[in-house]
Amino acid sequence: MSKNKHEKVEKHVGWFAVFAIIAISIGGLVEITPLLFQKQLQEPVKNLRPYTALELEGRDIYIREGCVGCHSQMIRPFRAETERYGHYSVAGEHVWEFPHLWGSKRTGPDLARVGGRYSDEWHYVHLVNPRAVVPESNMPAYPWLAERTLDGNLTARKMRAFRTLGVPYTDEDIEGAQAAVQGKTEMEALIAYLQSLGTALR
Amino acid sequence: MSSFWSWWIIVLTLGSLVAIGLLLWWNMKNFTDVEEGESMGHEFDGIIELNNPLPTWWTVLFWICLAWGLLYLLLYPGLGNFPGLLKWQSANQFVLSLEESQQAKIDAREAGFNVQYDRERVRADEVFGPIFQQYASLEIAEIAQDRDALRIGQRLFLQNCAQCHGSDARGSQGFPNLTDGVFNWGSSPQHIYTTIMEGRQAAMPAFGDQLGSQGIAEMTAYVLSLSGRTVDRDLARAGEQQWMVCAACHGQDGKGNPALGAPDLTNNVWTYGGSERAINETLMYGRNGVMPAFKDILGEDKVKILSGYILSLSQ
Repeated sequence: MSKNKHEKVEKHVGWFAVFAIIAISIGGLVEITPLLFQKQLQEPVKNLRPYTALELEGRDIYIREGCVGCHSQMIRPFRAETERYGHYSVAGEHVWEFPHLWGSKRTGPDLARVGGRYSDEWHYVHLVNPRAVVPESNMPAYPWLAERTLDGNLTARKMRAFRTLGVPYTDEDIEGAQAAVQGKTEMEALIAYLQSLGTALR
Repeated sequence: MSSFWSWWIIVLTLGSLVAIGLLLWWNMKNFTDVEEGESMGHEFDGIIELNNPLPTWWTVLFWICLAWGLLYLLLYPGLGNFPGLLKWQSANQFVLSLEESQQAKIDAREAGFNVQYDRERVRADEVFGPIFQQYASLEIAEIAQDRDALRIGQRLFLQNCAQCHGSDARGSQGFPNLTDGVFNWGSSPQHIYTTIMEGRQAAMPAFGDQLGSQGIAEMTAYVLSLSGRTVDRDLARAGEQQWMVCAACHGQDGKGNPALGAPDLTNNVWTYGGSERAINETLMYGRNGVMPAFKDILGEDKVKILSGYILSLSQ
């Protein structure tokens, strides 16, 4: 069977693994690696600012409570979406997001531009009990957010971590981080975060 | 994208397509010593392999896929910086402000690019533009009488306003009822239009420290008496003594001031509840109602139709 060249691969698992790895990695090498070096994907939109300490804590609560499981933060360039949510999301809005919270599921609406759409009061009432303002809503209630306060022990460290990833926090930002969030409720932090979303593209 | 990465993509993509094609071509020939349909001479657990060729339907599908891939890469953007013969793109992704987004739209058109999203907008403007133009020339009060305009208005309302004011527009605690004809910021068409366009920021200060709990109880009684509710007369009279603090915004007679968004306290319509307890709380801690601005979200034409719809709700 020396002429059956298949056997060289089929009967030698090492070679088989090598060829499989080569075949699989080509997709990644073509689609992912060039993005890491593409300058346009690292340029922030003109009015982008880093999250304040309170917003940053709010973002972590957003992650902790699993909001991303039901709410996307990515407006696609379709008229049906932009009529409802506003200008489609662009690359420069997300350059300081680690990780981004684009999500892939919309049980609730997209939140990429929810900032400024509702009053703080509305968010408060809605998070304590969504049915109080939207009777048709099937969103869970998050009443504990109003009761739990932040100590801010880790806020500065989080900001420092983001700085090493390229988010331009100043030393003053980091020094004042704990004082900025200490004693605030998780509700305040989450609302501050929500009110900041999508407001940089203007 | 730098030309290095562009060529990186082109070479790897086309290279792998060629490699796949060669692999398929090579596998279509019988290069073993075994005749077609004969045993390959090995056996695993009683299963033997026959030297059967690849099924024709399968190889044909494979060739079609390869051809499809090459055609796609020729027409659409896929090979590095090559934009594709159709010059198609989904959107202008690398804009850094709304202004740049507008400019990118113009630039792309001038450079002959076919931007899917922009095209969708142009088509929509052609269809809906004349409709909105027709209403743009009407007065808001006329829109409130126009059945078709009201149907558009209702859609806009359900999508943008119902979250706070309710799908029946009757509001809820803290979010005004829009059907009762009472508008804290003025009930004229123009006032309603401005409220939606620019938003509103109400500011009822907290009087807990200034009046103390006894003072708050007295003022609560007086406020309730303004709309004809039965109250303890002595308390109300004591409250009246302090009224000038409140009169600055709510007026000497308590009928409010639309310029400040100070509600009329005599009509028994309450944004934050009309119970003794609710009014007590309002006086104690203050209220800061916010109506968001919809100028940037909806634009003049839609806000105008929406104003007509809101106006119609209380007519």
